[in-house]
Amino acid sequence: MEKEIITGSEALMRSLQSEGVTTIFGYPGGAIMPVFDSLYGYTRGENKMFDHILVRHEQAAAHAAEGYARVSGEVGVALVTSGPGATNTLTGVADAMVDSIPVVIIAGQVGVGALGTDAFQEVDLVGVAQPITKWAYQIRRPEDVAWAVSRAFYIAKSGRPGPVVLDFPKNAQTHTCEWNGPVKTTEVRSYNPYPEIKQDAVAQAAELINHAKKPFALVGHGVEIGNAQNELLEFLEKADIPAGRTLLGLSALPSDHPLNMGMLGMHGSYATNMQTQQCDVLIAIGMRFSDRITGLPSTYAKQAKVIHLDIDHAEIDKVIKTDVAVVGDCKQSLPAITRLLKKNEHKEWIDSFTPFYEMEKEKVIDPDIHPTEGPLLMGEVTNAVADATDGEAVLVNDVGQNQMISSRYFKFKHKRSIVTSGGFGTMGFALPAAVGACFGVPDRTVCCFMGDGGFQMSIQELGTIMEQQAPVKMILLNNNYLGNVRQWQDLMFEGRHSFTHMLNPKYQDIAKAYNIPYDVVIDRKDLKDKIDKMLKTKGPYLLECAIKEDEDIVPMTLPGKSVDDMELVLDY
Amino acid sequence: MENKKLYTLLVYSENIAGILNQITAVFTRRQVNIESLNVSASSINGIHKYTITVWSNEEQINKINKAIEKKIDVVKSSYYTDEELFIHEVALFKISTPKLLDNPEISRTIRRHDARMMEVNPTYSTVLLAGLTEDIADLFHCLQEFDCMLQYTRSGRIAVTRSFEEPVSELLNEK
Repeated sequence: MEKEIITGSEALMRSLQSEGVTTIFGYPGGAIMPVFDSLYGYTRGENKMFDHILVRHEQAAAHAAEGYARVSGEVGVALVTSGPGATNTLTGVADAMVDSIPVVIIAGQVGVGALGTDAFQEVDLVGVAQPITKWAYQIRRPEDVAWAVSRAFYIAKSGRPGPVVLDFPKNAQTHTCEWNGPVKTTEVRSYNPYPEIKQDAVAQAAELINHAKKPFALVGHGVEIGNAQNELLEFLEKADIPAGRTLLGLSALPSDHPLNMGMLGMHGSYATNMQTQQCDVLIAIGMRFSDRITGLPSTYAKQAKVIHLDIDHAEIDKVIKTDVAVVGDCKQSLPAITRLLKKNEHKEWIDSFTPFYEMEKEKVIDPDIHPTEGPLLMGEVTNAVADATDGEAVLVNDVGQNQMISSRYFKFKHKRSIVTSGGFGTMGFALPAAVGACFGVPDRTVCCFMGDGGFQMSIQELGTIMEQQAPVKMILLNNNYLGNVRQWQDLMFEGRHSFTHMLNPKYQDIAKAYNIPYDVVIDRKDLKDKIDKMLKTKGPYLLECAIKEDEDIVPMTLPGKSVDDMELVLDY
Repeated sequence: MENKKLYTLLVYSENIAGILNQITAVFTRRQVNIESLNVSASSINGIHKYTITVWSNEEQINKINKAIEKKIDVVKSSYYTDEELFIHEVALFKISTPKLLDNPEISRTIRRHDARMMEVNPTYSTVLLAGLTEDIADLFHCLQEFDCMLQYTRSGRIAVTRSFEEPVSELLNEK
């Protein structure tokens, strides 16, 4: 039988289809035009295979792909042109690398013959992307498309996920090759995504936990990635282990679970941070001891035996010295340990968290979420949205005060419900990531909390939202400041507000220009009704909240301090 | 950094463009200088071998080793101290022939180091020495004192482990 001859661009379409891709976030340009030409036929009519979401900046394509991947568990795909189109995605690529998000970025490139000549819109993309990708590869021939795409998706999604960049020179897009069908990668011999779990490590971990009087679990993003939320519950409940959640692991454990003691980290719960320094066995599950979690690492949990469950061998002993390392997928390692655990109770230890919670409630939580006077506060807005959505919504947040406060007070019932830029702290992340989340879980409400700084870093994506009618519920916490930096300036730079105050545009006019419903909350008596109206309105909505200008986020562990050196009230 | 030792990393990778860049980037990110670097084929078809020496300590070299091994196309990375390896380096010395003829001590020194005379012509002579780092350094200092050296170069370290096969053979056989 005669083989079918197709172009590299057509091979890309068929390969993406074979990987189960349905949604692509992209932006066309010169060096990717042949691919967009092939895409045209696949986005309409009888041959429709893909939804292509035209973003308004390539960085947004990468963040949208991240948001899509985070909520759906599938690989997010972005398609951009060469040179500036490709480099514009790199902030999103680095963000995905540090937060372990499976995305595949496909970028056009000048033809192979022009490489190295400083051709128009040429950049050494593989060279610049390598340190911030799990894998970066240049597809130089159409014959290699099926292999490279399959390998890219396998690498992006397996083991500890991460971003893959495919650099696609124009000649490889336009030249033809025999089509032998899609390739399915099931292994790469130099890569071991799922290390075999060592039974002696499992036994040692179980032994330590069985003898622990004050065990404490740290629940990270790895639980969500491994889809091990149920295994986590069985583990925690059998041995009665209280748990703190990292920022990225917030929805791995339901907010109202009795063993959930709150968020970890610099602005986490008072109880989780204080008790980290009191526990006798610390069990880290799919988390990497980020500096925002550990504070001063040399003083971190020194009294405790540390058990670290992680799929990435390189995370073991990277920051905190581990006594027992269980390397492998927590979907398997958690039940393996649970089988060896004795049914246990730690009532006294769990009760010892309560006084810290009560102190935080009195000094921080109640004043944050139930203020009776003064301007509107971020905490009360978050709390009102959380009440109205009752743990059913997806939280997408930007970076800074809005991120910390919305993460602290939002409520989660379902897995994969928080989308945030944790490790990289990318301002401007939220709006495009929320667009991606809307396409990833179209049946869920997506609430996007932003400050006025981060909103303006991606404000052009209102165009994408308008065109797609993406039902993002945008909650703009406007305090006319880059609030987190302002807070640090007050704490550490004698209150000199160096370029943190912002003159803002009239957001109402901007919303009107994009034909997006808008309202503003100034008076707290209107808050609930206006949130209800936003949630009842079909499609996108921008709710601006006029927030107190100099609100501080507490509790706070100051940089360089131990986690138990946590302030409930900032004194400056 | 205290307690620095000279470590040798043996890294085995697939033969794909750009891997050297990825490996050296692991050192660059931590501002660790590479002392020597050699890239060659290994005894296994299609598998390249990098021999890298660095001054480091146990904690740091362990993290560097894991970060290298994490690269998708790196099959295996391991680190060793000198006593765990058979090590060799090669050096070439270009020296002045008139000075060599004037001072018989130069010839004696070359012979004492088991170095080989590769080429002699009226203006210069080329000497090759294969040996340990210390042997090469010793000959270098001697020739420097004789003030006869015109050019000098030294290869990166090459090394094989004391294990029977390549450290990666068993792993690849399992695949």
